Amino acid sequence: MKISSSENKTLPVLIFWILAGWVGFAVLPWYGVEDGFFSFDWVFDGYPMDRDYAPAAFLLAQGKNLWLAPMVFALLAPLLVLRLKKSDPRYGAILLAVGAAGLAWLMAQGLAIGIRGWTTDWLGLAFGPLDSRQYGMGYGALLTASAFLFLFTQGLAARGAINGDVFVVSAITGVIAIVAIFVFFPIAKLMTAAFIGDDGSISILSFLAKFGDRRIWGLGCFSGGRCGAAWNSFFLAIIVATITTTMGLVFALVVTRSGFKYKRLLRALTVLPIITPPFVIGLAIILLFGLSGSITGFFADVFGVQPTRWVYGLPGIVIAQSLAYTPIAFLVLIGVVEGVSPSMEEAAQTLRASRWEVFKTVSLPLMRPGLANAFLLGFIESMADFGNPLVLGGNYDVLSTEIFFAIVGAQYDQGRAAILAIVLLSFTLGAFYAQRFWLGRKSYTTVSGKGDSGVHPAMPRGLAIPTFAIATIWGLFTVVIYGMIFYGSVVEVWGMNHELTFKHYVTAFSFRFEDSGIRWSGSAWDSFWTTIKIATIAAPLTAAIGLITAYLLTRQNFAGRNAFEFGTMLSFAIPGTVIGVSYILAFNVPPVEITGTGVILVVCFIFRNMPVGVRAGIASMSQLDKSLDESSLTLGANSWQTFRGVVLPLLRPAILAALVYSFVRAMTAISAVIFLVSAEYDMATSYIIGRVENNDYGLAIAYSTTLIFVMLSAVLLLQLLVGKIRIGRRGAGREKE
Amino acid sequence: MTMTETMNNKAASVSFRNVTKVYGKDVVAVDNIDLEIEPGKLVTLLGPSGCGKTTTLRMIAGLEMSTKGSITIGGVDVTRLPATDRDVSMVFQSYALFPHMTVIENVSYGLKFSGHPKSDIRNAALEGLGLVGLADFADRLPSELSGGQQQRVAVARALVLKPQVLLFDEPLSNLDAKLRRQVREEIREIQQNLGLTVVYVTHDQEEALAVSDTIVVMRNAGIAQIGTPRELYDAPADRFVADFIGEANLVECAITSVEGDTAEVDIAGYRYRLDTRGLDVGPATMAVRPGRIVLNRDAAGDGLEVTVSKATYVGSRMEYTLATPVGELFAVMDDVYDPLDVGQVVQLQFADIGPVLLPEA
Repeated sequence: MKISSSENKTLPVLIFWILAGWVGFAVLPWYGVEDGFFSFDWVFDGYPMDRDYAPAAFLLAQGKNLWLAPMVFALLAPLLVLRLKKSDPRYGAILLAVGAAGLAWLMAQGLAIGIRGWTTDWLGLAFGPLDSRQYGMGYGALLTASAFLFLFTQGLAARGAINGDVFVVSAITGVIAIVAIFVFFPIAKLMTAAFIGDDGSISILSFLAKFGDRRIWGLGCFSGGRCGAAWNSFFLAIIVATITTTMGLVFALVVTRSGFKYKRLLRALTVLPIITPPFVIGLAIILLFGLSGSITGFFADVFGVQPTRWVYGLPGIVIAQSLAYTPIAFLVLIGVVEGVSPSMEEAAQTLRASRWEVFKTVSLPLMRPGLANAFLLGFIESMADFGNPLVLGGNYDVLSTEIFFAIVGAQYDQGRAAILAIVLLSFTLGAFYAQRFWLGRKSYTTVSGKGDSGVHPAMPRGLAIPTFAIATIWGLFTVVIYGMIFYGSVVEVWGMNHELTFKHYVTAFSFRFEDSGIRWSGSAWDSFWTTIKIATIAAPLTAAIGLITAYLLTRQNFAGRNAFEFGTMLSFAIPGTVIGVSYILAFNVPPVEITGTGVILVVCFIFRNMPVGVRAGIASMSQLDKSLDESSLTLGANSWQTFRGVVLPLLRPAILAALVYSFVRAMTAISAVIFLVSAEYDMATSYIIGRVENNDYGLAIAYSTTLIFVMLSAVLLLQLLVGKIRIGRRGAGREKE
Repeated sequence: MTMTETMNNKAASVSFRNVTKVYGKDVVAVDNIDLEIEPGKLVTLLGPSGCGKTTTLRMIAGLEMSTKGSITIGGVDVTRLPATDRDVSMVFQSYALFPHMTVIENVSYGLKFSGHPKSDIRNAALEGLGLVGLADFADRLPSELSGGQQQRVAVARALVLKPQVLLFDEPLSNLDAKLRRQVREEIREIQQNLGLTVVYVTHDQEEALAVSDTIVVMRNAGIAQIGTPRELYDAPADRFVADFIGEANLVECAITSVEGDTAEVDIAGYRYRLDTRGLDVGPATMAVRPGRIVLNRDAAGDGLEVTVSKATYVGSRMEYTLATPVGELFAVMDDVYDPLDVGQVVQLQFADIGPVLLPEA
């Protein structure tokens, strides 16, 4: 009885996707609707006959865009399958063929025919000239493409892939498809762009010429001149990574190996980089050390030191990035330092080693892989940072800002931007690769699940004193920085007139009550609401994709799992500026034409923040005993029912965390966003950068302060909610304590 | 179909034909085994860790797919069928109760997916809980139950589906010793009352002897011996089984003559008669349980002269280690009030029944 019922179980899914394919083909507008699909203006504006809004079927009926016709067969064929049994070999074969053929044709025609007809000359030579053209695909095409994809996966499942599990096969294929479109396709476009010369032809010579540019690789700074951007970025990243790793270790030692009482306060520090837009620290540095900065002013008044612009350049960026990324290193190292088994240190003590010798010969060597890990993270973060070099860089060119100026500035040189992006990408990917494959096998701190009852020994005196001194100074500095940010937002004009005022907040966030309702008259509201809206749409999608990916990685075994994991985590190592440039190159033209829309921002956030969701999911899913899933399976639930009924409810804290963090990260992002915003969709961070460029620091800082408070409340709300959700003895909330 | 159909009993046979499971490229977990499990029987898979017993169980459940060979349940080939679609349920070592569901929700969980009408589900679940004596705990969370109660919920959850085969993966290993005896008796009782086919994995030989109709002893990814508890204890096929099921002294001897089914063996000069078990004249090994060794203070007929090298008092009996011409032997005696002394020389004899020759030693 049970077996025969499962034969029919997947049929509704099949029918759903066949129907979806037809809806996409015959009901929804095939091409992108310029005024926005969800305005639904198109419904009253000539639909379904107007060629801009027509579904594919109506275009064909009018004899237009005939190249869409072959897809009709791919949509009809699955109807044959409905009468077949799932065990029939023809069932799987037909679905496989139909899905693959439909999808291939859809992609081929999309890539071959653009806004000016054929996209390449040889197609015109082969098939004769074409006077029609097409724009970017819209929701109709999207739905039909998804239908083909999932018909294909049902075919795969019917042929026995992953034990014939439709949900798992579809999830894997779906994730691969979207990662391919939104991560690999843009990067591939970027690579190609790097080989396109000034005359439009593809040549390796023009690549080499631009690649070898002195402005990228020059080493003039050793002989009094200027170095290339690549070396600048590299030196900067090395310095910053060294400082953040050291500082992170100092704080981790203070928290775990000393009698320090306010440990919770120090842990709270780790929230700061999450809620602080990256360039805000840079702004505060300017307020302190800039030409009219407080400290500069103090030295000028008391010691008569002539104010200079010393802070603009390497020193400023180093200070700002070190402040910004120390908490990240701290977060990594606290796990490492705590992870060193106390019983090993206790064993060393009983073997007559002094405290200092224990630290030197046991504790520190065991932390070494963790230290390297923190260093590489700091390296990647510094390389990828865009905000701080932008506001503090001065004449110190780094790759991330050079990319921006190559695209946005007067040069408008896509080829140069692409090459710079490739150089930057090689650095970060190299570090990422080293982190995963070299360090991946070297960790000494494995959590065995066995209780370890020992206590970490306190630091030796000779280490404790300098550690405390450094930690205190650094802590105070951080407090001063954040104090400056707040103070800077309530003074008239920094450096000139320090009268207290709320006028910046008023300019940005004023509103009036009128007859028609509230009127948001402040200048910041537009970008603020856009940011909230985009972040709100992106967050649940990011969390969903992240958790499904985490589920596949922790719970399913399939060929190519490692490659799958690498691919999904890769976007972590792709700097935002590189994403920005590659999205512009890839999505400015059909078949996927989404630049200037809100969609591209949402997509960008999803793939920028996906690794965070994946990590959160993996961390909490590995706390769940695998036998829970297995018992659900043996009780007759399929893998989708298991995911929904058992895994998801137990992951509620992880889901909330993924939601809030992707929301917050979407609000603070700048590097990729600055390429993708448009007049209609301006984001808070890019608006603030715009204010900074106009020297309107007051408004910029007031806005930043507001953002920090909004995000702080989001994070606190999360803590409150997660604290309340505790289920059972295996409740995932338990390990949060 | 060969299954015995009764009112609400779908108990089915299980058979493995040439089944092999390889993990990765070359880790052979189960190597070409054949196995027949009759409907309505409780069969134990017994063996040291890493012998392939859990993998075998998981292949019946459909949680692992065999690399080669075929598996049938109730005469139907299920080799490629995933766990969801098999009519088999399993009680996990960790119980795997869903912590976010109450006891009754846990027990109802499987019923929801097997096409039962909604109204029946609660009753069926309560009935199942009644069977394990937990009907009053329906609305508690698993975390509010003791270990033994959680274990019984896990059993009820698997039982209510009335599966063709019910699987147990070391179900008692998280319970303390006293509870273990009680729960294993309950499991056996339910199995016999309902006539279920049960496959049970354990590494505890005493547990296996106590609950099983048939024991499958596994070793190095293969099957060492299949038999009833009595057969395995009284007539082990080889050294491994003899030593794994109960303790045994393995004594090297020589078969000097064979008369019909009876062999006469020579153990360093001591002559003893026992069943040939198909062996012929020549060197052989025999298994002697520690309790089947008799130690006499004064020589009484044929025997071996041995020295007591260790004597340990363990409360209910004495344990002796003996230095003998055929190596060290281990014996137990019930007389704790007049123990032998270390260094004392005594005469050793084997009891009339018990010692056996090992055909595959």
